[in-house]
Amino acid sequence: MLDVIDLNIEFHDHITPETVVYDFDLHLEKGEIVGIVGESGSGKSMSALAIAGLLSRKHMKKRGQIIFDGVDLLTCSRGVLRKYQGNDICMVFQEPMTSLNPVKRIGWQVGESLRIHTSLTEEQIREKVIKTLADVELDDPEGIYDKYPHELSGGMRQRVMIAAAIICEPKILIADEPTTALDVTVQAQILKLLKRINKTRGTAILFISHDLGVVRSLCERVLVMYRGRIVESGSTGEVFEHPREEYTKRLISAIPKMEKLKDGQ
Amino acid sequence: MDNKVLTVSGLNSYYNVKTDKWGIGTARRQVLKDVSFEIGRGEIVGLVGESGCGKSTLAKCILGMVKDHDGRIEHGSTKMIFQDPYGSLNPAKTVGWILEEPLRIKKELKDPERNKKVSEMIHLVGLDDGFLVRKPGELSGGQRQRICIALALMMEPDLIIADEPVSALDVTVQDQILKLLLKLNRELNIAFLFISHDLKVVYSVCERVMVMKDGMIVEQGSDEQIYRAPEHPYTRQLLAAVIDDPVRDGS
Ligand SMILES: Nc1ncnc2c1ncn2[C@@H]1O[C@H](COP(=O)(O)OP(=O)(O)OP(=O)(O)O)[C@@H](O)[C@H]1O
Ligand SMILES: Nc1ncnc2c1ncn2[C@@H]1O[C@H](COP(=O)(O)OP(=O)(O)OP(=O)(O)O)[C@@H](O)[C@H]1O
Ligand SMILES: [Mg+2]
Ligand SMILES: [Mg+2]
Repeated sequence: MLDVIDLNIEFHDHITPETVVYDFDLHLEKGEIVGIVGESGSGKSMSALAIAGLLSRKHMKKRGQIIFDGVDLLTCSRGVLRKYQGNDICMVFQEPMTSLNPVKRIGWQVGESLRIHTSLTEEQIREKVIKTLADVELDDPEGIYDKYPHELSGGMRQRVMIAAAIICEPKILIADEPTTALDVTVQAQILKLLKRINKTRGTAILFISHDLGVVRSLCERVLVMYRGRIVESGSTGEVFEHPREEYTKRLISAIPKMEKLKDGQ
Repeated sequence: MDNKVLTVSGLNSYYNVKTDKWGIGTARRQVLKDVSFEIGRGEIVGLVGESGCGKSTLAKCILGMVKDHDGRIEHGSTKMIFQDPYGSLNPAKTVGWILEEPLRIKKELKDPERNKKVSEMIHLVGLDDGFLVRKPGELSGGQRQRICIALALMMEPDLIIADEPVSALDVTVQDQILKLLLKLNRELNIAFLFISHDLKVVYSVCERVMVMKDGMIVEQGSDEQIYRAPEHPYTRQLLAAVIDDPVRDGS
């Protein structure tokens, strides 16, 4: 369904150009859940944004192919891209505050993609938005419908983002650290919801997380990124039981345990 | 206030919320309810609780960012690491400028010394001098979070309120940052109010833990007390999710 071939992303903001993603390859089938883990700054979000068609900054070069439905999203026209964006491919962003519009009400923002891509009436949209807000475990969805982003807590905003991404039933959901601000109980509910959407609608999920426990419980396959490259990939069980790369080994051994930290005195 | 860096007593806080969608009718909704606690010099105190219970609101009250509150709050020099790093860094300035700002204001150090200190700090949070010329928008989520941490540490305050400071960091960096906080706590005697939803992280660094639910502190005590013998059902529920861990096996 989705094929990413040799994706390279390069920035030209500064004197020396900087490549932040090298030769990224990914094949994603309908109904698959693939995890991406890796060091901070290794290029996870950049790859995800590129696939979602949301990376079009000045001073930047992208090479390679991102093929969805037989169309190359890197070279297709803006009009074609817009047809897929926010409809077939949706994204949950790492930092909710930067991607929610501060002056629009939550209900309006969550329903926006329905307004663009479907012909539902305002009444139907409202109903669906409220149902989706309840799906992501928000209490009082009607109350939240009329609120502004700054009136919600960090974890509530994060769930609003998830609601906005799943409401139009995308074929591919890209979730960038979607549960970082949620405590374990809410997180477990959200993961269950994602699994359910994946099972019932066949939504493919690309799940970026630094939480290896979560990746392990959710994803069949995992990619490990390090300094802009995919250094290891395979079935989640295989990669976690028998990591080949040094970085993957370090990552696994650093999983926090319930113990006191020593500051290396 | 001699050996306390923060005293909060009988704190109530309110938000004005709209009661209709035109924003004409408003109601005063109480978020924090009779919150009282103290933090001693050099102490590391954890604050856990479910999403939306009022943790960030408490932090904002302490910093005077929520107007509508009553009760008593006393504190010395206090800095905050915000939950949403993007909004708290000036997007138009470079990282180097942002980190140098508190030193410029203090006027204690000369130019070269300031630069040296900024460079030291950026290495301490696992980044390098190359990042000094970048703007916040040119960083990854975890890199931005570390700039916020560096900024708070730069000021060497008596107390740092850290709201989910390591939530966006992968485990190897998380480990490094937590060790850094402990080191500064030991060397400079900086106290921390450490807000997190991650019980493992809280346990790994905090001496004392407070559990908040619906704007009230429902339980507080030493970490061992809370983790071994939780009294409140919510605390038990949180702990149940990490039950496979050795501490709870009661050894
Ligand atoms: N405009 C830019 N100019 C130059 N480099 C940039 C720019 N934007 C981002 N980068 C760099 O690209 C690299 C990859 O960033 P990305 O956001 O993909 O990381 P990430 O893997 O998502 O990390 P994290 O886990 O911290 O979110 C980072 O090192 C970042 O500093
Ligand atoms: N500016 C505001 N106006 C109105 N209500 C607000 C405002 N800020 C927060 N609230 C409400 O106050 C409650 C507590 O929010 P707070 O941000 O303190 O939660 P939190 O414990 O930090 O949660 P999280 O773990 O999700 O970050 C929430 O119900 C939120 O909707
Ligand atoms: Mg990222
Ligand atoms: Mg918060």
